[in-house]
Amino acid sequence: MKEPTIEFREVSHDFRVYSEGRMASLKEWLIRRIKRRKAELRRVVALDNVSFEVGQGQALGLIGHNGAGKSSLLRIAAGIIQPRAGTAVVRGLVAPILELGFGFEQELTGRENIVFNGALLGRSRQEMNERMEEIVSFAELSNFIDQPIRTYSTGMVSRLAFSIATAVDAQILLLDEVLSVGDERFQRKCAERIDHFRNNGVTILFVSHALPSVEMLCDKVIWLQEGRVQCEGETKHVIDEYHRSMSTG
Amino acid sequence: MSTMETPVLINSATTKFSSRREIRAVIENANLLLNLVRRDLTVRYKRSIIGFFWTMLNPLVLMIVLTIVFANIFRFEGVSHYEIYFLSGYLPYAFFIQSTTQSMTSLSWNGALMKRVRVPKTIFAISTVMSGFVNLCLAYIPLFAIMIVRGAPIRPTVLFLPVAFVIIATFTLGVSFLLSALAVYFDDVAQMYQAGSIALFYMTPVIYPIDIVPYEYIWLIRINPLTQIFKLARDPVYNGALPQIHIVVGSALLAIVSLAVGWFVFNRLSRGFYEHL
Repeated sequence: MKEPTIEFREVSHDFRVYSEGRMASLKEWLIRRIKRRKAELRRVVALDNVSFEVGQGQALGLIGHNGAGKSSLLRIAAGIIQPRAGTAVVRGLVAPILELGFGFEQELTGRENIVFNGALLGRSRQEMNERMEEIVSFAELSNFIDQPIRTYSTGMVSRLAFSIATAVDAQILLLDEVLSVGDERFQRKCAERIDHFRNNGVTILFVSHALPSVEMLCDKVIWLQEGRVQCEGETKHVIDEYHRSMSTG
Repeated sequence: MSTMETPVLINSATTKFSSRREIRAVIENANLLLNLVRRDLTVRYKRSIIGFFWTMLNPLVLMIVLTIVFANIFRFEGVSHYEIYFLSGYLPYAFFIQSTTQSMTSLSWNGALMKRVRVPKTIFAISTVMSGFVNLCLAYIPLFAIMIVRGAPIRPTVLFLPVAFVIIATFTLGVSFLLSALAVYFDDVAQMYQAGSIALFYMTPVIYPIDIVPYEYIWLIRINPLTQIFKLARDPVYNGALPQIHIVVGSALLAIVSLAVGWFVFNRLSRGFYEHL
């Protein structure tokens, strides 16, 4: 049997937060040092003993309230943060996490941002230029691509981000609430593309509050609650459970 | 690099930090590094019509102002071609201050990027220093032009400049690592550095010749490591002399120590960046 593309084994992670907000100033730190008073650290659990597997070409949905650990899970899968315990193994090239805000350079044009984002994944200028037309036409930005990003609307930015992320031939896509922007027609277009990717073996982790999109796209769902897996399994089943817990409060 | 080959493996159990791994990651991301440099340069010059020429215009304007001020108002005795004395020290000094200052903002600006994709974190300070380096080299074009116009001799000792630049850039990179890592943790580092850099500016003979410093204060200038390091770039241009070998070796050692300390501190602190950015 083929090895799973994403494999989490008993992954736990927590953030250390200073109890009096952030340890903001060097002065303060030095004073504490001199007084030998350590700042109090508070641990905030992000993930608690989470295990799961996602096979190639599967889409896993992640649902749960804010702060349930969904974004931390994505970041561990992307190799951005190192979990404090457990092992996360990812087999394949991970596209930059797609999320609101996107991290585009405001002063650069759409075209320059496309090249720059490609470079983040090790794609050369030439490779990105070859894909330029496809990216631009999918994002429906032909008339604006040489304008700086700061002139774009939110919808335009999200279209561009989605279009780039799906054009770099990554084997793993991590999507954080991205389908909630853009008009319905574009959302449908994205959904179609995601489907197409899955059929071509691209593995997807999909974080969303929009349960209908999750239902439409995902093979399997994990419901996270305060860092723990509350419920896991077939999409419809998990979503029903989630709904039930919401209605009973 | 074609598409569906060599899967990139992320295994959190085996991806503990090591310097070797970080260096390898930076090399593998050479293309990204170039793009970061290009982005720095384009963003900086994009909105000015004269574009890249701005780098060159800047020393020209400075020279005109300084010649007026220092050749006619505050006079330093025995300094011929004051504007060249000044620029040959100021350009490398400005490179140092600008790169170190920008490395701090660059890291926090790129915070969003670091949260989206796995990149070697040292790459941001490296790219800042590299783009500063490009500006430094460009700024020497008008300096040489000024020297020709003003009739100051350009001697073959200027061929030593690349060595001086490499030493200065290495030193700058070390300081950039250190400051940018600290600035992620502490808000006041950037402000403190700004104040400190003003003190540093007057403690370094950039604007005045070292001879005018009274005897009892000269130690202040001497203990300042920047004094020697910037002399490396000034001597071959202004005096037409190669710096003495012990100054070259001393500065090179200082640069290496700076890089080693900066690298160590940066990579020690970078594990916690995510929580602070």
